[in-house]
This record gives sequence, C-alpha cells and structure tokens, in this order.
Amino acid sequence: MNLIIVLPIIVPLLFAVIMLFFWKNIKAHKILNVIASICSLAVAIILISNVNTLGILALQVGSWQAPFGISIVADLLTSIMVLITSVIGLATAIYSLGSMDEQREKFFYYPLLQFLLMGINGAFLTGDIFNLYVWFEVMLISSFVLLALGGKREQLEGAIKYVTLNLLSSAIFLAAVGILYGIVGTLNMADVARKIPFVEEKELVTVVSFLFMVAFGIKAAVFPLFFWLPASYHTPPIAVSAIFAGLLTKVGVYALIRVFTLIFIQDTNFTHTVLLVIAGFTMLTGVLGAASQNDMRKILSFHIISQIGYMIMGLALFSPLAIAGAIFYIIHHIIVKTNLFLVSGVVDKMKGSFNLKKIGGLYRYYPLLGLLFLIPALSLAGIPPLSGFWAKFVVIKAGLEIDQALIVIVALVVGILTLFSMTKIWNEAFWKDDPKGNENKIIDSFSAIKLSKKVLMFSPIIILALITIIIGFNAEPFFNFANNAASQLLNPSEYISKVLGL
Amino acid sequence: MFSIILSTASRYLLPLMLIFSFFLFLRGHNEPGGGFVGGLVAAAAYALYLIANGIEEAKLLLRAEPIKLIALGLFFAIVSTFLSLMTGQDFMTGIWAKNEFPVIGKVGTPLLFDLGVYFLVLGIVLKIIFSLAEEDNK
Repeated sequence: MNLIIVLPIIVPLLFAVIMLFFWKNIKAHKILNVIASICSLAVAIILISNVNTLGILALQVGSWQAPFGISIVADLLTSIMVLITSVIGLATAIYSLGSMDEQREKFFYYPLLQFLLMGINGAFLTGDIFNLYVWFEVMLISSFVLLALGGKREQLEGAIKYVTLNLLSSAIFLAAVGILYGIVGTLNMADVARKIPFVEEKELVTVVSFLFMVAFGIKAAVFPLFFWLPASYHTPPIAVSAIFAGLLTKVGVYALIRVFTLIFIQDTNFTHTVLLVIAGFTMLTGVLGAASQNDMRKILSFHIISQIGYMIMGLALFSPLAIAGAIFYIIHHIIVKTNLFLVSGVVDKMKGSFNLKKIGGLYRYYPLLGLLFLIPALSLAGIPPLSGFWAKFVVIKAGLEIDQALIVIVALVVGILTLFSMTKIWNEAFWKDDPKGNENKIIDSFSAIKLSKKVLMFSPIIILALITIIIGFNAEPFFNFANNAASQLLNPSEYISKVLGL
Repeated sequence: MFSIILSTASRYLLPLMLIFSFFLFLRGHNEPGGGFVGGLVAAAAYALYLIANGIEEAKLLLRAEPIKLIALGLFFAIVSTFLSLMTGQDFMTGIWAKNEFPVIGKVGTPLLFDLGVYFLVLGIVLKIIFSLAEEDNK
C-alpha cells in the first residue's frame, strides 16, 4: 500500500478543513496548525526513509493505470523537497505564533498556510504534467491571498505585480502542456519521456522546451523574468515572506530540474547551454541588484535571485556532480534563506524598521541575535565550514570538471559580492552606532512583547541555524543523498518503469 | 427595494429550485449536470431569496455559516477518497454499491465526492454573495 505518497498532500488539506470547521476559534487554529506541521514532518520523514530503502514509489490514483490516470510519484528528489518543505512549514508555524497579528489570523491565515503547503507538496509529488499545472494553481491562489492579506497599499501593489506575472506564466505553461500533448499524445511525464525520443519534429520539441523554460523561469525568478520577486516579497508579514522566499521559487527550480532531466534531454547542447547563460546572468543581476538596496528584505529578496542562478547552473552543467550540487544547493538555500528572513523580522520588531539607514547598534544589546544572523549570512556567502560553502564548492567543482571556466568565474565573483551584501547588513544593522545617537535602545513595543512570544520567535531561528551548522559540519550524508537523487534523475529508466509498471 | 410580488414568489421558487438543483446533482453521473452545476443552482435559489427578502432573512433561512458549508464539502471529498482504502484498493478508487437505489440510482464514492463539490460551490458562492450584500448594507 503506497498511501504514504499522498499523505503529504492529504495531511495539510485535512487540517485546513478542520480549521475551517472551527473558523472563529483562533486558538484552535494555532494549535491545529502546529499539529499539522508536526504530522507533515513525520509523514515526510517516513516517506524519505521508504524511498531510500525501496527506491522510487508510484501510486496510480483511483486505480486508473498510467498513462491514462494521474500518477503520484516519489523519487529521492521529491522526498527531499517534501521533507524540507515540512521543516520550513514547522518553522514558520512556530514563528507565526509569536509574530502574526490577530487581524490576519482571523482572516484564515493558518488554513491558507496549510493550503499553500498542500499545493507545494502536490507540485513535488505529481507525475503528470497537467496535474503539475493544477498544483501550481493551488499554490499560487493561496499565495495570492497570503500576499494580499491585510490589504495595505504597498501589499496590494506588490500582489498585483506578482499575480499578473504569475498568471502570465501559468498561461504559457498551459499552452506548452497543450502543445506537448499535441506532439506526444500523453501527459504522464514518464510516458512523455518514453515517447519523446521517437518524435519526428525535433525542432518542435525544442520550441516546447523553451515554452516550459519561460513558464518555470518566471516562477523560479530567473533572469530576465525575475522582476515580480523584488517587487512583492518585501510587502507581506515576515512569516509569509519567509515561507515564500524559502519555498515558492524553489518549486519553479524543481519543475525545471524535473522536465530538463526527464523530458527534454534530446538537444542538451542547445537547451542546457541556454540554461547556463541564464544561470550566469541570474546570479549577476541578483547580486548587483542587492548591492544597491537598503531595505533588509529587499537585499534578501535579490539574493534569492542570485542563489537561484547557482541551482540553474548546476542543472545546466548536466553532469552527475553538477545535478547533485544543484540539489544540495536547494537544501542549503531553503533553510538559510528562510532563516535570514526570520532574523530580519526580529530586527524589525526590535528597531521598528527594515531600513538599514535607520537602524543600528543591535550587536551591543543582542549579541545572540548577531550570532544568529551571522550563521545563515556567512553560509549564504559560502564561508567554510557552513553549508553554503559545500553547496558552492560542489557546483563550482562540477563546472571546472567540464571546463566551463567562464561560469565558474561568475559564480566565484557572485560569491564575493554576496559576502559584501551580508557584511553590509552586518555593519549597518548590528555593528554601527544607532544613527540618531540617543536611540541606543530597543523600541518599546519589543520590550512589551511577552517572553513566551519571544521564545516562539527565536526558537525556529535557532533550530534553522543549527540545521545549517549540522549540514556544514556533517555534509557527507546530505551530499550522498543529493548524489543518489542526482543519479536517479540522470537515469530516468527507473522512474519510467516504476511509473508505467513496465 | 422591497417587492411583495418577488418576495411571495421567492418563497415558492426556493424549494422548487432546490429540488431542481438536487435533480441536476444526481443527473450528473452520465448526463450534463453534477455537483458543480447543482451547487450553483442552489446558490442561485438562496440569492434570489436574498434579493427578495434581504440579507438578514436569507441568513436566518440558511442557518449554517457558508464557511461551514465549504468545510463540509471539502470534508465529504476527503472522506470519499479514503473509503476505498478500507476495501484494500488504491487511494481514491471508486467504490459502487451493488444494487441501484430507487430515485437516486447508483450509489458510490464518486457520488459522495460530487456531494462535496455541491456543498463547496454552494458555500463559496453564498459567502461571496453574503459578503457583497453586507457591504451594501453598511
């Protein structure tokens, strides 16, 4: 019985529905949300251990045999992504308890969070390309609401940009799915992968692959389609920003990895070279954009883009080591980036602003927070021995192995510029004196927050920082996992045979 | 604007439209119809009553909160996916009763799923209409 594969989708849905039954009871929402996140984590751990021992798992929903029904498939990459989603879900759930305002809680913040997680897990687990489109929509609709919830002016402005570009991407995605169906006559990804080598019009396949690249590229925020991200990610409350920053773009990256390792591997000289160029520009523009910003959240948003570049670079290099590097990079990045956003939320609660010009002197009063910022920040920049170092190291090593010197140089330069941005936040927010001199204090509203709420805000930050350190000092098992996942991706025959039951 | 003709008519139209919506819901198995259309027609019935008698009356008549209808619909859908597991079949496999029931016809988990859709659509449309009507009253 392969029920475990669908549980990452069912558990958030079930808890969201129970929350809707108690729709006036915010306290029940809070408790149920944490229970749901813990259950999801447990399910994800069972899933990954099952996949690790039994190989790729597949479930034919409703007993309709593939390729006619919808297949739910869990390979190592999928289960890694599901596991990390549940970790971030739990971290955000706890952080929300300490930081979310009552107004948003009343307007179904917690059920929406669970619906969002359901959509993300669904996108990871589905083995059907049209179903992937549906899960993208589930995810996007919840994220639209979470982004606009609260209805502030800047929020709505950000939400409009986000919604418009994402709808455009969905339309392109849908068109691409339609054309692909017209070419191969099937939507099951394994079946598509099996049939696509025998298609006579090779050019058409390449064209479709580019449509997918654009559609997923918008969602992953790659160059030159990233404009919606820095325009919208800094507007919602920090718990929402953190989960968006950690997970949403990575679903786009996941989809790119999936289709460009499983389906579109006929013309890699062309498609993956284009991806490589995109990766280089994504890294550079992201990091340069960040250098010119002064709002902590905007700096971090631009860094999402530059980090996406590294993952795409891993995919584009298309060697076993490079794909493993990309997967390792995703694991590291999701943890670190969410954590940085959570820290910036605490900074805002303490000083009342995200603007680096207006704040300062935090290290003096809260050296612990300084340390908690430094761990993910240095990891993001790739300082050994933290997790980011190994992630960058693997990707760059993969680049050197196949003599792609140019992209390696770009990656190294971007690494240094990332360090520059992180030291900028460090210097401005933590090290320098408070700009007005007389305000060398934490603002009153932070002192007024109850200790229990402070604990709730700090504990996910500490846990995520610990995970970063653990990945850093004990990188080998994580890398082995990524390596196994990569070898599964590069030998699609197991995936195809497990899904189609050959 | 209160109209006595519409108000009186809506009292008779409401049950008729609800019966029709249920007919559409059952018809959906093999012919045009189903939970979605049925839910829309049922919501239209309540909307007509709301236009004729005002939001307060309509809320009294419905009794349940639209949100709870949404939750109920989703809950039916979830339950329908799990029933197949008890018979040892795969997730979401349709199970049908052996005998046909009078009036209702074939009964199985897809019918339960469709009932979920019915309540979900009813709940969502009513939530939207009630919110708009309340906004209007302010």
